[in-house]
Amino acid sequence: MSSPLSPSATWSPGFRIVLRVVTGLALVVIYAPLLLVVVNSFNASQTFAWPPTDLTLDWWRKAADSAGAREAVKVSVEVAALATIFALVLGTMAAMALQRYRFFGRDAVSLLIILPIALPGIVTGIALNNAFRTIFGLELGFLTIVIAHATFCIVTVFNNVIARLRRMGLNLEEASADLGASTFTTFRLVTFPMMRSALLAGGLLAFALSFDEIIVTTFTAGAREQTLPIWIFNNLFRPNQAPVVNVVAVVLILLSIIPIWVSQKLAGATEGLAGR
Amino acid sequence: MSTASEGTRHGLSAVLHRHPRLRLSLLIGPPMLWLGVAYLGALGALFITSLWGQDSFTGTVVREWNLDNFRILWESEVYRKIAFRTVGIAALVTAIDVLIAFPVALYMAKIASPRMRQVLVIAVLTPLWASYLVKAYAWRIMLSEDGVVSDLGGLLGIDTPGYGLVAVVITLAYLWLPFMILPIYAGLERLPDSILEASMDLGAKTGHTVRRVVVPQVFPAVIAGSIFTFSLSLGDYITVRIVGGANQMLGNVVYDNVGAANNLPFAAAVATIPVVIMLVYLGAARRTGALENV
Repeated sequence: MSSPLSPSATWSPGFRIVLRVVTGLALVVIYAPLLLVVVNSFNASQTFAWPPTDLTLDWWRKAADSAGAREAVKVSVEVAALATIFALVLGTMAAMALQRYRFFGRDAVSLLIILPIALPGIVTGIALNNAFRTIFGLELGFLTIVIAHATFCIVTVFNNVIARLRRMGLNLEEASADLGASTFTTFRLVTFPMMRSALLAGGLLAFALSFDEIIVTTFTAGAREQTLPIWIFNNLFRPNQAPVVNVVAVVLILLSIIPIWVSQKLAGATEGLAGR
Repeated sequence: MSTASEGTRHGLSAVLHRHPRLRLSLLIGPPMLWLGVAYLGALGALFITSLWGQDSFTGTVVREWNLDNFRILWESEVYRKIAFRTVGIAALVTAIDVLIAFPVALYMAKIASPRMRQVLVIAVLTPLWASYLVKAYAWRIMLSEDGVVSDLGGLLGIDTPGYGLVAVVITLAYLWLPFMILPIYAGLERLPDSILEASMDLGAKTGHTVRRVVVPQVFPAVIAGSIFTFSLSLGDYITVRIVGGANQMLGNVVYDNVGAANNLPFAAAVATIPVVIMLVYLGAARRTGALENV
């Protein structure tokens, strides 16, 4: 942690003002489009003519009645929940293996875990699409979306858990073993409770990543399943659906406050939420 | 719990306790099967497919080894143009994000009061969680014909860029900006104030301190952030469909060849372009020591 510089040595006043203005403008540009979407959900004009001449609640009513949007939310929640569970299990295992053991190929493994998000989404998407259809003989659908999402979600859990393990050290686990606790008991009563908030942060990030993903999803979803992002994308260009899409967008903006709120509650989890 | 299962569990626990290598294999086995065999296998299969051809009548994959897909890519004016355009967009987006993120991060880390700093971190983080599609959609509305930008632009006498490559660059730069601010901010937080004070006590002016002390310190963080902004832009094909008008990027070529044209070998060949670019980029980034910042 650092504090503002002492008066003896300081930035020139002009420089401070420039930085303050740039930061202020950047925040305006960051929030203006999101605010516009919120305002437009009440804009009576179907084409969102600006500035709005009349306000209405019709779009919110229409959106609440939209069966397509509801169904898509359900699919997205199910996919994200399952992918998060897979990611939690696999990411924790990988983190424990890499943090607690030294073995040949350890660096390669950590690179491999980052690879699914370091490579552009189209590459992961087309590679999995090809593998599912030709190698595994799977039909694209719900299961293939879950597998694809879990693949790129592992890294978020892994990053959070390995950071926690590094800070935890080994003393408490060794003490537990010395006092006669079995491997499983030590995990259940010592290791797991200490990892809990890291698992929550990693899981939350994995869920959000999966819930929002579209590029890999377009390659691994069948014709029937529509996740919420795919539903939005498919309805984006239909003029009569635009107001409903806009309301869904507002709901998603409001929902995005939840993870920030949770991370504020979780002491020390913020740095894990910051990096992907 | 029955005594029998209790007994097996104790037995298993004892075996695990005595054999650390067995513990390791059980821990690393499942993630390795998933990522090392399935995922890496899928990437390998993709590359092999790019060396195969397609029967132009039946549309099925023909398993004959050749470099035709890559030759078509290299020789076709259209694809070369799309490839350069995509790399150009990714580079421009990265440059814009650095130019905006650096002053913002510097203000957050070294000038704002601790309380203000906390508020700013949250203000920058929150939109990171807002949906990608919602943000791209928001810019589609911003840039629409009678939207806000044309409205405000009208007052200042400038035209809205409309839907096209400029809109793509704006939207992508907007989408990935937090990925650049956060690593630079983290890098600046690690820079001790005493070093800045020393520089200024020794008579360096603000500009001199920024150039000679701050910029070298945050360079690895900028590289780390650029990996995200560059890679995410390279592989994007949704944004360009939402705000890009009729323009195409590499991702569109890949998607269209998987879907409509059903030419998987060619799509695979196109997809290797961003992979090669990113591998070169990551290799270069490793030399700067930036990968520890990712």
